[in-house]
Amino acid sequence: MFEIGLAHYLTVAAVLFTLGIFGIFLNRRNVIIILMAIELMLLAVNINLVAFSTHLQDLVGQVFAMFVLTVAAAEAAIGLAILVVYFRNRGSIAVEDINMMKG
Amino acid sequence: MILQALAFYLFAFVAVASGVMVISSRNPVHSVLFLILAFFNGAGLFVLMGAEFLAMILVVVYVGAVAVLFLFVVMMLDINYVEMRKGFLQYLPVGGLIGLILLVELTFVVGAWVAAPAAGTVASIPIAPPEQVHNTRALGNVIYTDYIYLFQAAGLVLLVAMVGAIVLTLRQREGVRRQSIAGQIGRKRADSIELKDVPRGSGV
Repeated sequence: MFEIGLAHYLTVAAVLFTLGIFGIFLNRRNVIIILMAIELMLLAVNINLVAFSTHLQDLVGQVFAMFVLTVAAAEAAIGLAILVVYFRNRGSIAVEDINMMKG
Repeated sequence: MILQALAFYLFAFVAVASGVMVISSRNPVHSVLFLILAFFNGAGLFVLMGAEFLAMILVVVYVGAVAVLFLFVVMMLDINYVEMRKGFLQYLPVGGLIGLILLVELTFVVGAWVAAPAAGTVASIPIAPPEQVHNTRALGNVIYTDYIYLFQAAGLVLLVAMVGAIVLTLRQREGVRRQSIAGQIGRKRADSIELKDVPRGSGV
């Protein structure tokens, strides 16, 4: 109970990842919340990587977590830019309206 | 030890609770603020695991940049968020089912998973004890030597993302009178001044 090991961190990460998946299903109309749910899932992945890095006493996990962080930041920037352009063209951000490629 | 356990449970509970609030909050601004809280608590978990540098990076990059970007976009777009909540309860059963299945599967994986006995001994870059080399220095020793190409590639990814975001959102609007510096500098005397010989006694 008071001995915090690898399994505890993995459980937290699993719960956060599931919440991310659940959030994507729950907010089918709102792209902003879907992007936030993706960020939650990436946080869960990072917790997993760092937990294994600590458990195995290997620094590579933390290096990889840093790269995941970089890509997540780039993804958020591009995703929000696409969202702003889409809203400018259509006047809505509902996912159900995004069903054709040409504007 | 008990203090560490208490800190872990506090951070984990607040992180999960704010994760729930992110996806179920009625107002997207509240969602972003709870996302910030979740990231702070994730950073706390990182500190507990001994990854101090990543914890600080998480706070700086996520709370300082990404979350503010989200907040900016949420407040900039003029959307009827009540309208967006309509299908919320409709998707609840299937989403809950899939989430539950995934959680059970992950629990089985974590529960039944056994590490190989030699797994702890084959670390490619072992973590030195914190009394000798602190975390930031250890990471710096690695990413600027062994992972320098990947590190540069990560920087390139950020550059491409920046250029892409600017290209996507930049627009030239019609009917806006702007200062054209090239036009001003490139102006010749002959373009703008016209001399006329006016005969005496008559108008121009």
